[in-house]
Amino acid sequence: MTKFLTLLSREVKSCFYSPIAYVVLCFFLGLTGLCFYSGVGFLSRGATERTVVEAFFDSIPFWIGFILIFPPITMRVFAEEFKMGTIETLMTAPVRDWQVVLAKFGGALVFYIVLWLPTLLYFVVFQQIAKADAANAAGAYWGSYLELLMAGMLFISVGCFASVLTQNQMVAAVISFCVITFFFLGGLLSFFTPNIAPEFRMMASYCSVLEHMGEFSKGMIDSRRFVFYGSGTALMLLLTHQVFQFRRWKA
Amino acid sequence: MIKVENLTKRYAGITAIRDLSFHVEKGEIVGFLGPNGAGKSTTMRILSSYMPATSGRASIAGFDVFSQSMEARQHLGYMPENVPLYPDMRVTEYLNYRATLKEITGARQRERVGDVKELCALKEVENRIIGTLSKGYRQRVGLADALLHSPDLLILDEPTIGLDPNQIRQVRDLIRNLGRHHTILLSTHILPEVEMTCSRVVIINRGKIEAADTPENLVHAMRTAGGIRLEAKVGKDDGLAEIGKLAGVKEVSVEAEDDWSVFTLRTDSRSDPREELWRLATDRRWTVRELSRRRATLEDVFVELTLGDEV
Repeated sequence: MTKFLTLLSREVKSCFYSPIAYVVLCFFLGLTGLCFYSGVGFLSRGATERTVVEAFFDSIPFWIGFILIFPPITMRVFAEEFKMGTIETLMTAPVRDWQVVLAKFGGALVFYIVLWLPTLLYFVVFQQIAKADAANAAGAYWGSYLELLMAGMLFISVGCFASVLTQNQMVAAVISFCVITFFFLGGLLSFFTPNIAPEFRMMASYCSVLEHMGEFSKGMIDSRRFVFYGSGTALMLLLTHQVFQFRRWKA
Repeated sequence: MIKVENLTKRYAGITAIRDLSFHVEKGEIVGFLGPNGAGKSTTMRILSSYMPATSGRASIAGFDVFSQSMEARQHLGYMPENVPLYPDMRVTEYLNYRATLKEITGARQRERVGDVKELCALKEVENRIIGTLSKGYRQRVGLADALLHSPDLLILDEPTIGLDPNQIRQVRDLIRNLGRHHTILLSTHILPEVEMTCSRVVIINRGKIEAADTPENLVHAMRTAGGIRLEAKVGKDDGLAEIGKLAGVKEVSVEAEDDWSVFTLRTDSRSDPREELWRLATDRRWTVRELSRRRATLEDVFVELTLGDEV
């Protein structure tokens, strides 16, 4: 456990040593600030059934920003170690492969969570000023942030997998961006092709982060989503672990 | 300490090492030599548990490097080629991080990190960021890392590559000192180094062991052990004919240098015909300005073993 925590803290630190972290932080906070501003603007136009959380999370710029943050967070985790050769020093110390995989995943996840923490401030400010109880349901907060956490875990594990495939960070970023975007657009499948078979439509909505967010930000916490994100993350991490071993063994 | 039996490693299509077997006993300093691409780094990576062999077995301090990899790693300090380090960490921070990974914590960590910094002369750069260090210092950080858990065995892949002559000398002295308490397997291309530091040499070429012995024995067993040089004032053909008759001389060649003839003699490894040569020259009244013997070096052994079938 000590070893895992040591690896994890090294990962978190190395996130913050890199200038990319601060670029991502600034971009992300700017974008979410803008989304929040327009969300509040929407609410102030008159009576609506939506809470502030829904208004915030249900905007196009928010989702574009959301899928853009994963590649820069995860692209370096394995690719950089392979490129610099430090993977050899790391993996000849008495650490196990899965400890390294989980630490890399965990490090990126911690950074992702840190990225989200300041957005809580928006709602604190909103509550202080608006004093609108209906727009401030606790369930909506819990649900939204839970969904963000789960979707984040899945997409970070996708990013880790992309990063273990190559020693070129750009390639890793492009792969993870494509996979995540594809995933994301999958949810909009019925929107693009109205004549699609109902089975596909069901499958698409099962995987649709957008739809899940719709439910969760209303405070409807559905246990099927936990199974979906949990098993997806586990599968991606397992694949990452396998490829990680394979790459070292043939290298 | 190291036991390698029939080790083979195949990458897609190529066999990097085939059927390699050798032993390293406790307390030895063994030089692992071979041309680039001979399979040195591959062998060292297998020994360090970085990657598994295709077939065969290897063990370190009695622990199989594949099935008991964690125990084997505890007994081994490994410094990979080119010493990959995290450039964004500070020296002490890096050593502390590595110590924790190697299960050295608390007071013992402070003590060990202090010790290796002392040993590798890293005190003056302990707070510097590794990325800003010179190659020599980085090499020493890598060595300090390998020494952290005071392993029984050190495997160093080209520890002196890219260093200047002064740094090479420092690293050589360091390795020689370490040899008192550690078993060491090191690869290098600087052969005089090996002659000075190593008690035994393993030479591999194209994935196979060509020779494994003490440097002296290897030099001695060479087919063409060194040569003798004679510079004398004598006709080239006369000289060739006379010298060729001496016992133990296998081959003579001659070159003209102004009005001097320079003879180069190849002899078999056990005979030294310098005395006969001297007598010959005085009998025939040749004027001699040089008579010397060049001893065969490890370099000759290396060239003969690894290039022998190509020339």
